[in-house]
Amino acid sequence: MKLTETLTDLANPTRFLALTARILPWLAAMTAILLAIGLYQSAMAPDDYQQGATVKIMFIHVPNAWLSMFVWSVMSVAALGTLVWRHPLADVAAKAAAPIGAAFTFLALVTGSLWGRPMWGTYWEWDARLTSVLILFLMYLGLMALWRAVEDPSRAARAAAVLTLVGAINIPIIKFSVDWWNTLHQPASVIRMGGSTLDKAFLWPLLVMAIAFSLLFVTLHLAAMRNEILRRRVRNLQMMQASRVAFTSEAGAGPKEIGAA
Amino acid sequence: MSLGPYTSFIVTSYALVAAVVLWLIVWIIADYRRQQARLKEIEASGVTRRSGRSAADIR
Repeated sequence: MKLTETLTDLANPTRFLALTARILPWLAAMTAILLAIGLYQSAMAPDDYQQGATVKIMFIHVPNAWLSMFVWSVMSVAALGTLVWRHPLADVAAKAAAPIGAAFTFLALVTGSLWGRPMWGTYWEWDARLTSVLILFLMYLGLMALWRAVEDPSRAARAAAVLTLVGAINIPIIKFSVDWWNTLHQPASVIRMGGSTLDKAFLWPLLVMAIAFSLLFVTLHLAAMRNEILRRRVRNLQMMQASRVAFTSEAGAGPKEIGAA
Repeated sequence: MSLGPYTSFIVTSYALVAAVVLWLIVWIIADYRRQQARLKEIEASGVTRRSGRSAADIR
């Protein structure tokens, strides 16, 4: 009951803006503190017996890879909110998350590539994991292009929501690609049946960095949602302004003869 | 702290992540300021919301 009331309250963009204004500074501060701790722990982590110091790339590659999938999952829930519950902020949430998700996916691909060159001997391999993440990145770009191409936000919202839900099929494919196919990419070593195979010296910095990046996403997402709400207010006021100008010029021109050539 | 023979790969990875995250932060802040400025500009021309509240007011 309480959760339903909170969600109903948040459906009001004005209340949402007031809430974000209050919590954004705290979220930003917590993100900065956790990032600083995570970076310090990553710098102090020992070298891996096989990979040497390149294991440090893991502390930024893995959080970005996790978030690339998590952000699409958030957008999929938002897509359901748009299509099923018609929540006023669902489309705002999805649209605001897309560029952030694209940035995390881009970073996962590039840091993975920079880690792969010294460890695998190649920057890129068309294996199932790498290719499915590349497809995810292209889907983010496609969604962003769709939102830009359709001028009416409500029409764009429905089309984007359908595309997002169709694209969600790629998330389990990415997650299980290393189990289903023979890939160059290593199988899951943190979130797996039987517990993590990572030593605690690597696991703790990785978890701190993962929480820090997740908080970074929440902070950026709320700020981007606030921008999107303001952008829609600008659009509404511009339409009111345009209709007022049209009405004034029409009234100034005086009554027109119907059927005049 | 020595990073061994692959220093360039490690440093490039961290530098790239820092650059993209900073770009995201700057882009979002700049977008917020741009929208606020546009709202104030439109309201200054006499167009206001039906509620009478300022559209740029987020408190």
